[in-house]
Amino acid sequence: MSNQPDARRGGLPRALRSGSLLAGGLLVAGLLVAALAAPWLAPHAPTTIFPGAEITPPGPRFLLGTDEVGRDILSRVLYGARVSLGVAIPSVALAVLAGTTLGVGLGYWGGAPDLLAMRLFDVLFAFPPILLAIALVAALGPSTFNLVLTIAVLTLPQFAVLARSATLALKPQEFVQAARALGASHPRILGAHVLPNLTPTLAVQASLSLSIVILVEAALSFLGLGTQPPAPSWGSMLSRGRQYMTIAPWLVLAPGLAIMLAVLGFNLLGDAQRDLLDPRRAAAGRRTP
Amino acid sequence: MAGYVGKRLLLLVPTLLGVSVLTFLLIHLIPGDLVTILLGITASQNEQTRQALIHALHLDQPLIVQYVLWLGDVLRGDLGHSLVTGFSVRDELVRSYPVTLQLALMAMFIALAVGIPLGVLAATRAGRALDASTRVFSLLFISAPAFFIGTVVIIAGARYAPWLPTLGHVPFTENPIRSVLGLLPASASLGLAISAIVARFTRSSMLDVLGQDFVRTARAKGVADRVVVFKHALRNALIPVVAMAGTQFVYLIGGAVIIEEVFALPGMGRLVVNAIYQRDYTTIQGAVLLLTSGAVLVNLALDLLYHVIDRRILYA
Repeated sequence: MSNQPDARRGGLPRALRSGSLLAGGLLVAGLLVAALAAPWLAPHAPTTIFPGAEITPPGPRFLLGTDEVGRDILSRVLYGARVSLGVAIPSVALAVLAGTTLGVGLGYWGGAPDLLAMRLFDVLFAFPPILLAIALVAALGPSTFNLVLTIAVLTLPQFAVLARSATLALKPQEFVQAARALGASHPRILGAHVLPNLTPTLAVQASLSLSIVILVEAALSFLGLGTQPPAPSWGSMLSRGRQYMTIAPWLVLAPGLAIMLAVLGFNLLGDAQRDLLDPRRAAAGRRTP
Repeated sequence: MAGYVGKRLLLLVPTLLGVSVLTFLLIHLIPGDLVTILLGITASQNEQTRQALIHALHLDQPLIVQYVLWLGDVLRGDLGHSLVTGFSVRDELVRSYPVTLQLALMAMFIALAVGIPLGVLAATRAGRALDASTRVFSLLFISAPAFFIGTVVIIAGARYAPWLPTLGHVPFTENPIRSVLGLLPASASLGLAISAIVARFTRSSMLDVLGQDFVRTARAKGVADRVVVFKHALRNALIPVVAMAGTQFVYLIGGAVIIEEVFALPGMGRLVVNAIYQRDYTTIQGAVLLLTSGAVLVNLALDLLYHVIDRRILYA
């Protein structure tokens, strides 16, 4: 099935799609390396100030130049990967765990809680996500913990809805019914028969959610509601650099490109995973924040 | 058809009620003593001011009563007063909302005007270099945050076209042409990101239709290729694109709020961001309620339009 040639698609996009796995993998790997090895990779600490070297253009001493108070931008961009993933990974992990548990439970047992939860999700989906994030962070107060919590709550319904519909589709199938007839307990049915069949779909959604969450964190930090200075968040670097952007464009280009490459990496990875799962499905509309 | 419209309109009520409940609860999420936080430490020392706020927000009532009273005020068009300036929140919203709505609608127009032709081109040349470059373009723009695109647009404008006049915002009712021109850079920054999604969607929708029997029949009887693509295929392929555009509108409204900050536009974005810095929670509440209900209504309108265009859909 997966090797069937598709006449409508020629050779080039197919090659690109397998290339997207490679490119996405490389970008995400680079991002992880930057986040984990920032202290060894970065030439300077992200908060070290070089007096007299404010707004230095990119050159041999500072590869990406310095910012308005004389900090090395390359070092700040590398440490920024840590800040970005430090919010994105815990919040998506939380959303996957809580959302999947909730969704599987709702799909398996159904009833009034299911109806109620679906109505609640409908309402949550009605809000522009970024606006809800802004309002929640504003109410709770800006801190990394509140940021993770807010983004997790916003991302959770997607996983819950996905897990619920997949569970609903699996429940009447013979192997599940057979396990039940053999007297398997509910936790055993869910853990051994339902969950493993959900994993690939959830993995795709997790990649795509990571790309969206990185954008949301950057947007909130850009507005001054996310990660607080002096932590080197890409969003706040971009926002502060705007004051000098016409004379020193590297102040905004470096963090902006970093956000773009990180998001691109997870997007490519998600697309490649989806194509591997379902080669016939054309990449279609996707939600962006 | 009428039954379907009625059903959708009926479903609108619980959704909007749910939105209002969550928006109402927002203010109660704030940790700590609400009155002290809303008034600030100094003002909250004054017992008279305290009582005035408690009375204005009905804070001495049970939560459910507070909600019903608040909803009653909202339905009468009274969204309360700004905690900072004391002005009517409704008046502030009436001033700011048109800017954001115009921005979002222009961005949607640009997204469709750029995305649909690109998607059609990519589909008719599937597998060739143009298709591949469209895909790369789409991926790059889907991944770039609109506030970054906007910033680059401003830098590029200042560097390569310094003779361009910096257009401040002019209300549409005052001078439509200048108003549209003034919002063009901001709406283009926002619209290009969505156009990438529209292009990919149009491409796959076109490919689906081009593979169907009636298209093959048209080709077999010798209809010109151009006519097949534009008359037979495109009309049918656009139907799902309209539906998709509706779901993207919610994201456009969110994006508009941020892009306004980049281009210093006096819309809802600036209102919300300023309100947050000043902890002006009644203004935030009103803005969230208006923006979300607006997005719900536009989404509904596009959904109904979709059903008008495509009569094949069953009204179950």
